[in-house]
Amino acid sequence: MNELVFFINNVVVAGSVTGSIYAIGAVGVTLVFSIMRFAHFAHADMMTFGAFMVLLLTAAFPGVGSVVGLPTPVVMLPLAMVLTALLAVGIDKAFYKPLRAHGVKPIVIVIGSLGVTLMLQGLIRLFAGTSGQNLYMAGERKEIYRLALPFDGVRAPIVITEPQIILLVLTIACVVGLHLFLNRSRLGKAMRAMSDNPDLARASGINTNTIVAVTWVIVGGLAAIAGTLLSLDVTFKPDLSFFLLLPIFAAAIVGGVGHPYGAIAGGFVVGFAETLAVFNWAVLLRPFRDSLPDWLAKAGNLAFVGTEYKIVVPFFILVAILVWRPTGIFKGKVI
Amino acid sequence: MPLLEARNVHGGYGGMNILNGVDMVIDADEIGVIVGPNGAGKSTMLKAIFGLLTVSQGDILLRGEPIHNLPPNKLVQKGMGFIPQEKNVFPSLSVKENLEMGAFLKPHNTQRMLKTIYGFFPPLYDKRRQPAGELSGGQRQMVAMGRALMAEPELLLLDEPTAGLSPLYMNEIFERVKEINAAGVGILMVEQNAKQALAIADKGFVLAAGQNRFTDTGAALLADPEVAKSFLGG
Amino acid sequence: MSAHDKHREDLVDTPSRFPLREVILFALLLVAILGVYAMMGAAYSTRMLVEAACYAILALGLTIQWGYAGQFNAGVMGFVALGGFSAMFFSVPVNDDFWGSELPGELARVLLYGAAAALVVFGATRLDRLGVPRTLRTIIAVVLGVVLYLVVISLLREVTDEIQSRAGFIGGLGLPAWTGWIVGGALAGVVGYFIGHICLGLRSDYLAIATLGIAEIIKAFLKNSDWLTRGTATVSPLPWPTPGPAELGFTLSRAIYLSVTAAIIAVIFFLLHRAYHAPWGRMIRAIRDNETSAAAMGKDINRRRLEIFVLGCILIGIGGGALTTFNSLFDPQGYLPLNHTFLVLVMVILGGPGNNLGTIFGAVAVYIIWIMSEPLALFLMQLAVSVGEGAFGWDAPSNMDSRALQARVFVIGLLITLVLRFAPKGLLPEKVKHHG
Repeated sequence: MNELVFFINNVVVAGSVTGSIYAIGAVGVTLVFSIMRFAHFAHADMMTFGAFMVLLLTAAFPGVGSVVGLPTPVVMLPLAMVLTALLAVGIDKAFYKPLRAHGVKPIVIVIGSLGVTLMLQGLIRLFAGTSGQNLYMAGERKEIYRLALPFDGVRAPIVITEPQIILLVLTIACVVGLHLFLNRSRLGKAMRAMSDNPDLARASGINTNTIVAVTWVIVGGLAAIAGTLLSLDVTFKPDLSFFLLLPIFAAAIVGGVGHPYGAIAGGFVVGFAETLAVFNWAVLLRPFRDSLPDWLAKAGNLAFVGTEYKIVVPFFILVAILVWRPTGIFKGKVI
Repeated sequence: MPLLEARNVHGGYGGMNILNGVDMVIDADEIGVIVGPNGAGKSTMLKAIFGLLTVSQGDILLRGEPIHNLPPNKLVQKGMGFIPQEKNVFPSLSVKENLEMGAFLKPHNTQRMLKTIYGFFPPLYDKRRQPAGELSGGQRQMVAMGRALMAEPELLLLDEPTAGLSPLYMNEIFERVKEINAAGVGILMVEQNAKQALAIADKGFVLAAGQNRFTDTGAALLADPEVAKSFLGG
Repeated sequence: MSAHDKHREDLVDTPSRFPLREVILFALLLVAILGVYAMMGAAYSTRMLVEAACYAILALGLTIQWGYAGQFNAGVMGFVALGGFSAMFFSVPVNDDFWGSELPGELARVLLYGAAAALVVFGATRLDRLGVPRTLRTIIAVVLGVVLYLVVISLLREVTDEIQSRAGFIGGLGLPAWTGWIVGGALAGVVGYFIGHICLGLRSDYLAIATLGIAEIIKAFLKNSDWLTRGTATVSPLPWPTPGPAELGFTLSRAIYLSVTAAIIAVIFFLLHRAYHAPWGRMIRAIRDNETSAAAMGKDINRRRLEIFVLGCILIGIGGGALTTFNSLFDPQGYLPLNHTFLVLVMVILGGPGNNLGTIFGAVAVYIIWIMSEPLALFLMQLAVSVGEGAFGWDAPSNMDSRALQARVFVIGLLITLVLRFAPKGLLPEKVKHHG
């Protein structure tokens, strides 16, 4: 049973956490894809930017969190979301819109977004340095909850931390909020309409510039959430972008590009696949050690890949999905 | 003052002129029909009016106000509606959402107009929750017309509304066009079924090589032996 | 028919003119090089030129992919690292600690197991031909694959741990470096073939995503496979194919190395020039500019696209090998997206994608600016710090060097976006505009 708890801690909890982050990130990527039809490579650095804003705000106003009973970074998140949304809209105006207006191929805008990602990386690291920093500062610390299980012989508790709970709650809130926005609000429906058929959206009187701006606001906000939650769970690291991009794109493509719910599902698929792949399955075999053949019982490490090769997992998923079903598990709109 | 007036319109895609001086006048509550051979610039003229391509020369006036090269969303505001020939619905949106998109600029009208449209196209009410992409061709055309009507346009542009439809639906669509017109909406449509379309037309425009060849009432064009010989297939 | 004829006229090359633009740009480049020589001395400047020449090979590989065919390879770094690894593996002396023990046999045994396991799994995927239902076959194949993979990988871990602790790493083959360059090119080509095979039929964005991913994976593999590459411990020195500095002194030995790389560039340039003006090159450009009409002409688009992608990867692999050998150091962590992907991208889009001469110009010019900007960036940073301290008492961070590096990241990014917007065809645009 202790082994099972170990499994829950290392796979179920960790997978949900990683999956949530990938899901929120992938939704952002897929929204850009469905409205503007290009793979937005600067998304991971927008996430970092959002987390960096939280870091700055937390450093500027420490102790605000204790007033409302939440960690200060979480209290600062809405403000960081606004700032990141502004950044996203600004980046579009300055860099992507001129390219779109020239009618270039989408791949040129992809390269443009790589340029933007470098600019953001450079700026953030110029001010934040390259080392990791903790978002919990000024005496705040991560609460760790240990849930003991009411079974005999189970000593290990299920461990979950405060930021992880916040993360799961916020993910659910994001998904519900996004669902309501896309299906109930006028602008959300217009976004779906534009993703379906941009020309007809224009012919219906929908101002596509407005929709593009709204998309960037949402994408920026989501990026800030994802980046902050990632930084809360571990630490703020300014140099994660290329390691985040691959799982996020894989998630978006697995879910079917242009398909927000697919992106959420894809995020969890990739997140769980990663944690399952680095999980040492030998642990689960330990209780049955006596009844197993010798060579299997002796195997110390039965993980599919070492943690240092984690990035192989999303890549493998990406390749598999591109080979077998390029439209994703939910049929995507754009191949 | 005419509802729509186009004078000597030139234009096309990427520097290639397709329209070489087209004139058109439509009064409020009239049905105008554009016919002509393939490549005559019929659909192009419609797109030029709706601001979907650059007009290099000439004037297009809506109620006397110049509108050429205004973007489509401005034209919708000014009372123009456009139904493209292909891809004229949002396939993943439900029928109701498709219609709502038509009233995007007049959200306060949505509920009232939804009732009107459902009354006008009863099948749409039954299918209102279904994604428009799953409907049959004729029903899709109804969704497309409904969407355009949601904005309560004064002038409706239709690009080959009956293309690819069975004769049964074709008659239905022509009937609907007449009814819409009777409700006070000016119509300008491009049609392949020239005879049937000219039969309901107040004004007919026969285009060839991007220019007007014949311009008259629908009945007169139908009666004209020369038009019949060269454009109506005998 | 007449419209068609009119179109055909565009096919004829524009009448040859005096290449004023080229002459001016290359004259400026020469002045810049001479300036660097005057300022920094011959040894330093020759080193810079050799590196620029290696980058020119990389840039030629990328210009084939991006300029000729519109394929965006966002993982140049990975192919460079592959070339570098191969150059290291072939040229480094033989490690007797490894070859003298039973470890090579052990390693070969595990690799054989791996091959056998792959065969078994492949056989399982064919079970449906024996009448096994397809779902059952898939389940069998997947379960078998997972179990056998786990077995082989844990055996491999044992052997590699053993290698690492007893012999350090498996060492090299002790062959001339150029064999490593060629194999490196082949290795890069094979990886490029797999990536291209999967992605080239799909949206162009997917190729960018996949190449970005494979580059990080290659780097992670090289960094963590200590038994193969010594990982973070790095391997040096790497023998040169030409006489080294110990024999001839820095300037002369580097000059000889430069002539080798220059010869490689000349050969590539000549072959590309031939290919570009051959029917093959016209076909490639036709595919890039109008895929539907090229497909209508019955051209096997994906085949041609794959050829061009693999060819580009091969050149990048060769260039990576030459670059790594010249640095005489194999450090997997030294391969950076900025230096080995985006710098090359800037060279290509600034110089003129699809124009080989423009690409070489871009490579040398951008590399000079890149190298010279390092002291400049540091100087500017220090200026900013002193202003900041004076004006509002800013407490300057200690790690100015790494921050100056970040300023260069920003500049490269800005440069990419600006060039795309204001000079999308580069300084020396591709000349032929119309083709069929």
